Amino acid sequence: MHPFTYSRATDVADAVRDKAGHVASAYIGGGTNLIDLMKMNVEQPAHLVNVAKLPLSKIEDLPDGGLRLGATATNSDTAWNEDVKKRYPLLNQAILAGASPQLRNAATNGGNLMQRTRCYYFYDVATPCNKREPGSGCSAIGGYNRVCGILGTSEACIATHPSDMCVALAALAPTVRVSGPNGERTIAFEDFHRLPGDQPEFDNTLAEGELITSLDLPEKGFAKNFAYLKLRDRHSYAFALVSVAVGLEMDGDTIKEARLALGGVAHKPWRDQSAEDLLKGQPATAETFGRVAAHVVANAVGQGSNDFKIELARRAIVRALKQAAEGQQQAGDMYLGGQ
Amino acid sequence: MSQTNHIGKGPNRVDGPLKVSGTAHYSGEFNVPNLAYGYVVSSPIAKGKIVAIHADEVRALPGVLEVFSHDNVPHLAWFDKSYKDQIAPGGSPFRPLHEPDITFNQQPVALVVADTFELARYAAALLRIDYEQEAHETNLETKRAEGFVPGKGKTGFQPPPPPRGNPDKAWVNATHQMEAEYAHGAQHHNPMELFTTTVEWRGDGQITAYDKTQGVFNVKNYLMGVFGLGKDDVRVVNQFMGGGFGSGLRPQYSVFMGVLAALELKRSVRVTLTRQQMFSIGHRPNTLQVVKMGTNPDGTLAALQHHALHETSQFEDYTENIVNWSGMLYQCDNVKLGYELAKLDIYSPQDMRAPGAASGNVGLEVAMDEMAYAAGLDPLEFRLRNYADRDQNVDKPFSSKKLRECYQQGAAKFGWEKRTQEPRSMRANGKLVGMGMGGGVWDATQNKSAAKALISADGHLTVRSGTGENGTGTYTIMTQIAAETLGLPLEAVTFELGDTDQPEAPIQGGSWTAASVGTAVKNACDALGEKILKLAQKQDDSPLKGAKFDEVEFVNGQLRLRLDHDQAVVLRDVLQASGETQLEADSSATPNMAKQQGYSMHSHNVAFAEVEVDEDLGTIKVTRVVSAVAAGRILNQKTARSQVLGSVIWGLGMALMEETIMDHKFGRYVNHNFAEYHIPVNADIPHIDAIFVHEDDDIVNPLGVKGIGEVGMLGVTAAIANAVFHATGKRVRDLPIMLDKLL
Repeated sequence: MHPFTYSRATDVADAVRDKAGHVASAYIGGGTNLIDLMKMNVEQPAHLVNVAKLPLSKIEDLPDGGLRLGATATNSDTAWNEDVKKRYPLLNQAILAGASPQLRNAATNGGNLMQRTRCYYFYDVATPCNKREPGSGCSAIGGYNRVCGILGTSEACIATHPSDMCVALAALAPTVRVSGPNGERTIAFEDFHRLPGDQPEFDNTLAEGELITSLDLPEKGFAKNFAYLKLRDRHSYAFALVSVAVGLEMDGDTIKEARLALGGVAHKPWRDQSAEDLLKGQPATAETFGRVAAHVVANAVGQGSNDFKIELARRAIVRALKQAAEGQQQAGDMYLGGQ
Repeated sequence: MSQTNHIGKGPNRVDGPLKVSGTAHYSGEFNVPNLAYGYVVSSPIAKGKIVAIHADEVRALPGVLEVFSHDNVPHLAWFDKSYKDQIAPGGSPFRPLHEPDITFNQQPVALVVADTFELARYAAALLRIDYEQEAHETNLETKRAEGFVPGKGKTGFQPPPPPRGNPDKAWVNATHQMEAEYAHGAQHHNPMELFTTTVEWRGDGQITAYDKTQGVFNVKNYLMGVFGLGKDDVRVVNQFMGGGFGSGLRPQYSVFMGVLAALELKRSVRVTLTRQQMFSIGHRPNTLQVVKMGTNPDGTLAALQHHALHETSQFEDYTENIVNWSGMLYQCDNVKLGYELAKLDIYSPQDMRAPGAASGNVGLEVAMDEMAYAAGLDPLEFRLRNYADRDQNVDKPFSSKKLRECYQQGAAKFGWEKRTQEPRSMRANGKLVGMGMGGGVWDATQNKSAAKALISADGHLTVRSGTGENGTGTYTIMTQIAAETLGLPLEAVTFELGDTDQPEAPIQGGSWTAASVGTAVKNACDALGEKILKLAQKQDDSPLKGAKFDEVEFVNGQLRLRLDHDQAVVLRDVLQASGETQLEADSSATPNMAKQQGYSMHSHNVAFAEVEVDEDLGTIKVTRVVSAVAAGRILNQKTARSQVLGSVIWGLGMALMEETIMDHKFGRYVNHNFAEYHIPVNADIPHIDAIFVHEDDDIVNPLGVKGIGEVGMLGVTAAIANAVFHATGKRVRDLPIMLDKLL
């Protein structure tokens, strides 16, 4: 770990100013990922601005019927918030499927969006990695890539975004509010994370110095028909090999509206709006689910040790759609479908 | 009624309060004054040479005390012999910082020592080292044809017995046959506690090393040999360990580094490895096994062949007993066992819980399941038809063997009779249900141990032996043995361990501590008892006058005649009346070879497992495990049960998730952290029942104990793998069985 200076910001403006005033600076929230990366010499910030105590921890109603999740609210407080449980149980499920209680107690909502890939090679500075060291090469291509992506990958990078929470968010489509040196702006969640292309060092579209202040959920929460299905190598405390978030609005047995997003398969939480369109107006049958699942993975490319993810994703989508259509899941379930 | 019969009951751990209150000190918690910190730098390549170490750039940082590497390490011992520890395998032990050659990835190449840990870590990150890389080979698959039969190997290694009968012909002529290959990758011990050594500089070239180790004497002898230290120059201490599982059997490079720095800097130094470096200190080797079996028309085994090949380093021939068990667990007259190693550019493997047996057991017990199906027999019935009443490897009877009772009690508890034989024939909760079983066998070993017992005038007994406590319950069972031997309550006894100033005990491994140290503790207490008897008899009008030692007993704080309990004296009165402030006795214990030579001495077990498999998604949930163990006499029901629960969890990990992945391009493990090397978490662990089948066995040792640390792990992995087959009809022969293998 390299030496760094540290300050605790008092408000958002102070945080933005402080960060802009230091080279190689970084915001730190719960620190559940950044500190690890600093210990491994993957991240080497010279200055840390602690934003965890900023007055952004509220979860409150929005005038349009939505819900604002403060950026510094912890993942735990968010998952167990009564409004989240009642109105956005998909989010509750996804958060609880991730990490461990200890980590969720420390991790913030903003930080969850900012966590970095868990690709083995990104973490090990003894190996080349384009995300960590642009131009050094991708070790995962042709290497061991069980955790890596099958959709939207590039020749430069096949890393995945590791979050569970973000997969549910991709389906729920909130707006990300940010503040930066040039003022405030909002980013559609869909546009927040990016694909690797030839610049895998950038995980998202935040401009230099910008800080997430809240996630503004729209009113529609798919509280009746939803599913979060996470498949992993052990039953807790493991990143998703494949996860699926589904939100449906049903009209009898017909799907009126659909949201579908995947985790563990791409550089960003993978929402597939063309698949959502295919579901709309269709009967909730195995045939429909199978057709849509095949559509989602039609362009998937395996990388060797993750070839299985294509078939696994297909099957997981079918299962999650079925669970959502049947309205099987309850908020707060500790053990998720399929496991 | 005696209140001082402690053996066989289940008292709480005597060291529990120390642990939960944080007052038990682990190796990294001895905060001696003026402590410096060392941080190890590891090689990023698997093979090659160090061309240059730019140490001066780092030495220039204020607070950095020194950078040690092959460039500046002082003259140390020259011959391999000095580096060989008690269980070093054949070959040349790795010498840290000895030469510029790199022989495995993550080889320690430098130690940066600084005033603070943070500075040492930072400086280590800055240290530039130039390497000349050479082509490496880390893939066992490429060495299938290059296996070789190892020589003598390490202490405890037994080459497979020669073939018996005509195993090739018998297999060809068998009514039913099976042949299959089984594989598992490398696995690492991953104890929670990192390897840490705090070396206290006592001045004048003398040190105390608080070291994470399962053998303080093994480390002491190593340090004396390597650094040329005298007996009084070095003391090694380990009173608590946060998990060992075999990783602490050999001295690790952390202790070498710490002692080197302390002696050179004449200052106390602590060296702690990183989690990543915990993947550079030995592992259960990547192993390939081929098993062939054939049966007679009556379901008895006609032939059994078992061959294993595993990896070792370029410099040592690490050996373990993988196939031998297959020649003794079942009755078979035509047996051929083979064992080979292959050299790769990796660090030497190291004993890991039930070394050899855990690997070979998977081959044997999954093959038994395959054979049972081929012969159309229930897997339990098949084992019963092939029950071995003699150890055919050595042609001797067992000193005791209640495996049959384990089968019966385990099956009854599990409800094996509800199992339907056909794969895919059982369902529950919308999932496929499978039931599988596997059994195992492990050595009952006693090694020479010594102990000292002291009793003070107030009647408090202290017993010492330089053994270890790696979480198994050593403190507790030794306290029970000592207290029962001298008829005292547990509170009146203190057992001390883990210090080379104490009487010598062997490394804590092989499940032999209870038998070895336990017997020494009993002998020392008996020797002390004889002295107490003599003191008692010196008193005027002693009711014990003329009594021989075997005519008296110590019960409830009294010394009394066995045949006339009214003829008794109170222990404390005897001691106080004697005027002595303290009475002490030393003793040691060695196996009774004369008594044992006619017998094969082993513990046995069987595990039954139930799984639920979601066929669409490949996910496996182990829903129940029953483990029945026959391991002689159980000293403490509670700690023994905990050991079995832990063993079952290990077996589950091996079956379903544990594997260290080597990227052969880099010759480097890639999942070297707790996030990606998966060990079971609470959510993976089902209800576990542990059954102990009591065995009376005065041949193994006077206490009749066989040890349970390893045997409980056997059978479990195979039982789960067999249950997955029963559930799905898919036979997965390469572990771990992750979900993609069932898609």
